[in-house]
Amino acid sequence: MKEILEILEQNGRATPEQISAMVNKPVGEVKKAIKQAEKDGTILKYKAIINWPKLEREEIWALIEVRVTPQRGVGFDAIAERVYQFPEVYSAYLVSGTYDLSILVRGTTLQEIASFVAEKLAPLEQVQSVVTHFLLKRYKEYGETFRLPKETNRRLPVTP
Amino acid sequence: MPNTRPTFTRALDNLISQKVATLPPSGIRKFFDLLSSIEDVISLGIGEPDFVTPWHIREAGIYSLEQGYTMYTSNSGMPELRQELARYLEFHYGVSYHPEHEILVTAGSSEALDLVLRAIINPGDEVIIPDPCYVAYPADITLAGGKPVPVSTNERNNFVVRATDIAARITEKTKAILIGYPANPTGAVMSKKEADAIAELAREHDSPIISDEIYARLTYGVEHICFSSLPGMKKRTILISGFSKSHAMTGWRIGYVAGDRRFIQALTKIHQYTLLCAPTMTQMATIEAVRNGEGEVEKMVQEYNRRRRFMVKRLNEIGLPCFEPKGAFFAFPSIKATGMNSEEFAQKLLLEEKVAVVPGTAFGPSGEGFVRCCYATSLPSIEEALRRMGRFVRRSSRRSK
Repeated sequence: MKEILEILEQNGRATPEQISAMVNKPVGEVKKAIKQAEKDGTILKYKAIINWPKLEREEIWALIEVRVTPQRGVGFDAIAERVYQFPEVYSAYLVSGTYDLSILVRGTTLQEIASFVAEKLAPLEQVQSVVTHFLLKRYKEYGETFRLPKETNRRLPVTP
Repeated sequence: MPNTRPTFTRALDNLISQKVATLPPSGIRKFFDLLSSIEDVISLGIGEPDFVTPWHIREAGIYSLEQGYTMYTSNSGMPELRQELARYLEFHYGVSYHPEHEILVTAGSSEALDLVLRAIINPGDEVIIPDPCYVAYPADITLAGGKPVPVSTNERNNFVVRATDIAARITEKTKAILIGYPANPTGAVMSKKEADAIAELAREHDSPIISDEIYARLTYGVEHICFSSLPGMKKRTILISGFSKSHAMTGWRIGYVAGDRRFIQALTKIHQYTLLCAPTMTQMATIEAVRNGEGEVEKMVQEYNRRRRFMVKRLNEIGLPCFEPKGAFFAFPSIKATGMNSEEFAQKLLLEEKVAVVPGTAFGPSGEGFVRCCYATSLPSIEEALRRMGRFVRRSSRRSK
């Protein structure tokens, strides 16, 4: 099961037939395992990683450090949920260190992000402070680099 | 284009020694020339990893240059590296070698093999090798003045050389037995039982075993048997290995020999007059590889294993029966059902479908009827190559009817 998931994590489009050959298990068994994982939420979704910078699409990203006041009984989870429900929030993490929540926000204009911070995030009762870092360049996400793949084959076509 | 004009004068003709002049060119090389004239070929003919050396190892190489480590090292290799190698061998195979006296660092396991053969062979001595085997074995034996004595292997014995077959070829002139498992080109691994039988034979005849274990880390579902770990075999085994395959470091040229101290001294003599030392930058990078490379090795092995299963299953499905290769990164399917010989098959497949495989005969006469397919290539490429091969096999079986 774990190996099937690892293969799908690398290539979401791997077919049950391909996976079955790779893990040496019957196709039916692989299909069943995938279906089960989809059903129980082990596999959340299949997505493509798009190299948007290649298309030079105008896009603004910001990494925001948020200090919040935890609440009795629920700790950070309740306030985290109030923050990450906003569709502008792309990723959200609880972190150790000088602040509590680290969130990645995605927008199309500077204004859009500024107003999200000023009107939605900062005014929340439990939010003590925010520090916004605009991203200048994205190099690598989900283990994939945004650099265009090099076509050059470094290997000789036949070697002993 | 090769220059075909007869530019050699008689004097130049005589310049090349008999030994070299009569040495047949590598069967792989011949194929290479044909291949380079065709575009968009999917090559399953490559004998090296498709992974680039893991970044932490490359980074260590860069750092060594930044620090100015550009001078010779000790002939035997940097002491620190030899200590790491001793630790590595102890950790993986439970064999202990003294880092100062029993290990020599070489420029690739190829240099190691050449040194070993030159150090042991007197003119006319025989060295027993499996057939098929890595292209350099017979050539290096010949260059060292010896005579390669091939012992045929086949599908029935899973391409693993049998002790009884070796015994039948032992003569007074036999100097050593050279084996290499996991094997290039077949992907065969040697089981404990088979290794024990050969060890028994070696003890009986007091014959040294040269064990080329360059693919030791690439095994799938079976444990590699290090020859020197067998009872009484440490003193009889000359262990050759390196990091080209396991750590994807082919271009760095690093390998080593481990063995008896007097023997290592003899090798070091040749090494100091020829290579002097393995490249310093490479040695520094290898220290990092040995210390912190395990995670990456495991990841690569896991990836090869998936491709291996995929390729073997598909080969069998398209009508090229293939025994299960449990090591290295090669599959060695039989192409006998197509009615073609290995060379014909490889040539036609290349011209008609633009897929390169290496004819089994490049590795010895017993390779006839087989081709070597390397799965150290991306899965989509393997898939496409096998689709084309399937089409080719179907077409040729129709033709032969």
